[in-house]
Amino acid sequence: MDRPIRVLVSKPGLDGHDRGAKVIARALRDAGMEVIYTGLRQTPQQIVAAAIQEDVDVVAMSILSGAHNHLFPKVMELLNEQGADDVLVIGGGVIPDEDIPGLKKAGIAEIFTPGTTTGTTIDFIRKNVKRVQ
Amino acid sequence: MNIENKLLLGDKRACARLISLFENEEQEAIDLVKKLYNKTGKAHIIGITGPPGGGKSTLTDKLAKELRKRGKKVGIIAVDPTSPFSGGAILGDRVRMSDLALDKGVFIRSMGTRGYLGGLSKATQGAVKILDIFGMDYIFVETVGVGQSEVDIVKTADTVVMVMVPGLGDDIQAIKAGVMEIGDVFAVNKSDLQGADKTAREIQTVLDLGHRQDRRIPVVKVTARLNEGVNELLNEILSHMDYMEECGELSDRRGENARKEIISMVETELMNIIMKKAQKNDFLNNISNDVVLRKIDPYTAKDEILSLIKNK
Repeated sequence: MDRPIRVLVSKPGLDGHDRGAKVIARALRDAGMEVIYTGLRQTPQQIVAAAIQEDVDVVAMSILSGAHNHLFPKVMELLNEQGADDVLVIGGGVIPDEDIPGLKKAGIAEIFTPGTTTGTTIDFIRKNVKRVQ
Repeated sequence: MNIENKLLLGDKRACARLISLFENEEQEAIDLVKKLYNKTGKAHIIGITGPPGGGKSTLTDKLAKELRKRGKKVGIIAVDPTSPFSGGAILGDRVRMSDLALDKGVFIRSMGTRGYLGGLSKATQGAVKILDIFGMDYIFVETVGVGQSEVDIVKTADTVVMVMVPGLGDDIQAIKAGVMEIGDVFAVNKSDLQGADKTAREIQTVLDLGHRQDRRIPVVKVTARLNEGVNELLNEILSHMDYMEECGELSDRRGENARKEIISMVETELMNIIMKKAQKNDFLNNISNDVVLRKIDPYTAKDEILSLIKNK
């Protein structure tokens, strides 16, 4: 079945600006994906509730404020609780290299740090989306 | 447990998955809606339409919250445009409804138009049925921001709320055909802006010229952002439903809508059948070229394509 990949782009935590998330959202749109944008200051609970209702293939989160080690794994945990383990979860933002192994261990498929091209993210999503398109 | 039982037990994930299957035209979803169709018809379907930037999402958010206070369950379908070039879309209406996401009695779903014109997506009516089966008391359908002719919502909703804002054109706009004709209730949103009274008055004047004399179409001033006038608007929406039930217009309207829905499905299916045949051996391309070269005229080409349906 040929259908658009659906991606939830979200901003967990208390960051006050979302230019990066909007750039990613626009790039994914131009790559033919349906992007559901949540807006700023989302709790992990809100993100997971939206991901479930929107039946997305991918959850893409962006954090600049340093709360990634707390919020990203929490989203993973809640998704698994809901049985939504077929959702691909990726993260991005200002994230130190030393934090990345821990986040991947928690189930985040990939972390994209500043300087990553949007093309890299798009390719990664296309190759790793878990549900059959 | 299968998806049907989960849906009937109120599992949001099952509901969400079923809407996706329906959007992707999977037979499984269509079969399930067929089977459970007798459970639909209970929800009051409210269309929210109007120009882009009019505040439809914010207003829907506030109306839904008011209904939740009254103990009702609310489904929301928010439609945004799909790119004609990439097929992608940004579905951004949830941004104004963030705190409804966690409410157990609310289900919000965003949909891209996926090439469908008229202000809705092809799957919108299916999604409405699924939310109805799911047990929602009220279902809001928020259209893409409309221009002057995206009037499909009238074929789906029991009550159409036309959201206007002050300062959009002069009173000649208000007497044109199209979107101005489909509202059952008018909301002048952003009424804290200058000119709201004038806009409301102009709309009311124009509506009073209309043919529906038995019910005066209400024009309510609201400022959704500040939650002002939302209660009054909701009461007008609910009283429209009461009116429709009392005078029998509800069954007329739903009958008319069912007829349009069936016809539109038949049209789609017929087009699929004909186009499949017309594209065989490049028939459509060749015949189009013949028209360009003036070998034949477009009317004859049309007859030839239609004759394909008779050939086995």
